[in-house]
Amino acid sequence: MDWLYVTEVALAGLGAGALYALTGVAFVLIYKATRVVNLAIGEILMLGGYVFFGLVAGAGLSIWAAIPLTILAGAALGAVVERALIRPMLGESPISVFMVTIGLGSILAGVVELGWGADPLRLPEFIPNTPIFLGEAYLAPKVAYGALVAALLIAGAVIALRFSRGGVALRATARDQGAAYSMGIDVGRVFSLSWMAACATAAGAGVIVGAIGGISPTMGIFGLSVLVVVIVGGLDSVAGALVGGLLIGLVEALAGSFLGGEYKLLATFSLLILILMVRPYGIFGTHEIERL
Amino acid sequence: MSDGLTRSPRETAAPILKVDALSLSFGGLRALSGVSFEVQDGSITALIGPNGAGKTSMFNAISGFYRPSAGRILFDGEDISRERPPARAKRGLARTFQNIALFRGMTVLDNIKLGRHAHLKTNIFDALFYRGRAHREEMELRQEVEERIIDFLEIQHIRHAPVGALPYGLQKRVELARALAMRPRILMLDEPVAGMNREETEDMARFILDVKEEWGITILMVEHDMGMVMDISDHVVVLNFGQVIAQGRPSDVQSDPAVISAYLGSGDLAERIRKTEAA
Repeated sequence: MDWLYVTEVALAGLGAGALYALTGVAFVLIYKATRVVNLAIGEILMLGGYVFFGLVAGAGLSIWAAIPLTILAGAALGAVVERALIRPMLGESPISVFMVTIGLGSILAGVVELGWGADPLRLPEFIPNTPIFLGEAYLAPKVAYGALVAALLIAGAVIALRFSRGGVALRATARDQGAAYSMGIDVGRVFSLSWMAACATAAGAGVIVGAIGGISPTMGIFGLSVLVVVIVGGLDSVAGALVGGLLIGLVEALAGSFLGGEYKLLATFSLLILILMVRPYGIFGTHEIERL
Repeated sequence: MSDGLTRSPRETAAPILKVDALSLSFGGLRALSGVSFEVQDGSITALIGPNGAGKTSMFNAISGFYRPSAGRILFDGEDISRERPPARAKRGLARTFQNIALFRGMTVLDNIKLGRHAHLKTNIFDALFYRGRAHREEMELRQEVEERIIDFLEIQHIRHAPVGALPYGLQKRVELARALAMRPRILMLDEPVAGMNREETEDMARFILDVKEEWGITILMVEHDMGMVMDISDHVVVLNFGQVIAQGRPSDVQSDPAVISAYLGSGDLAERIRKTEAA
């Protein structure tokens, strides 16, 4: 067996896994704070890619102005969605809220298709393309820089959750809403902030994913892999999203290279079933999760 | 017991909390109808009554989880009936819960610190980089939290332990510590000694008295342990079927015929007190 090749495939897998992890963290933020399973996360990511494309190719902005604007647009979308669609569903059964997010995903995909058409588009090049070697192993520069940015963003999210007041408020709300409320924590604001942070993160991830593989209205499929990631890792665990993301990225890459592209999904979903048989709440998930 | 007989001069002043003709319904079910009582500044007021009398509903209405259908709640003379729980927390209303509501997965110290959340003024970026005002506030907070509350409640040895792993009695104490960290003016305790053994109950009763006397915090509690209620309360309000059937000093309430008959289903009140005290 050619170990150099295996290493290269594994590295590429981990690189892709970092993006799964980043989007997984976005998913977990919402689930942790609000107990909403947000199936539209892939479409929000896609919209991020298109907003970036629109700002650069359409409005002619520079890339470094377009990135923060895309992230802000993601946050704004999160605030609107939470206020207009999710807040009114408070107290409804989890399955209803789940359906609302599926609807939201379809709407976003439809809107993008109306605006930009169904054909895949390429984002302007902005990631440096000098080849990167780790030892002897070659790593595609886009994947490497994408993973690096994702890692930095995840680290930022973890630090904010651990130490910032907003993060502490979010963790307290996740544990016990009533107690958090009577402690002076504005639970409604925590809901808003978690959606804003998550959608901003997803929009940012969309720029990276789009820069690597191009954008198309069906790019929301990425969200399906992310769903596998968070189920494997545990819906309410940031650490789970991290481990799950890298694991799924790795398995997809190895299966894709050594068994053939058609085995990618087969491999990840088999892994999903195996893990759920052993740990029904995911690797790091809390046990009180409501069944859907 | 002597507290109930010697009235402190403060008690003649305006009440810190006044519940005025409060009614609360869930659909067709009337949980509270026209409940009125006052809590004097610096007192211990107990809310008692048989199961289902509306004690916890009353608590939830005062802390803002339920919106009353009629009547008002006055805190320091101001109507707070329309305020949401965080606003009431900022005014100085802290509570504990019947079923312990600690943030599991966090340490004792983290839980206690969360009690100060309502009073911290730094924004997320300050807090993230630990500088300036955030830093000072953090230091001040740590000092206050550690020195006073932890020492006072004798929980030094478990400050870094995850709360989920602690025995029940200690969890109750941590919950009290968290409420104290809010620097409340009124501390609402929902069954502070439920499920505790005799020794734990006595410890808790002592802590509650000290909170009142050393910290000057007014206490409103719901409790089933009649011995403890009669021992430490200044004022007792008896609820039955969502209405106040008696209120007054512990000794008056014990001999009230309406109270005795309300408790007949679960035994004579005086009998219950003798039993719990003998135990």
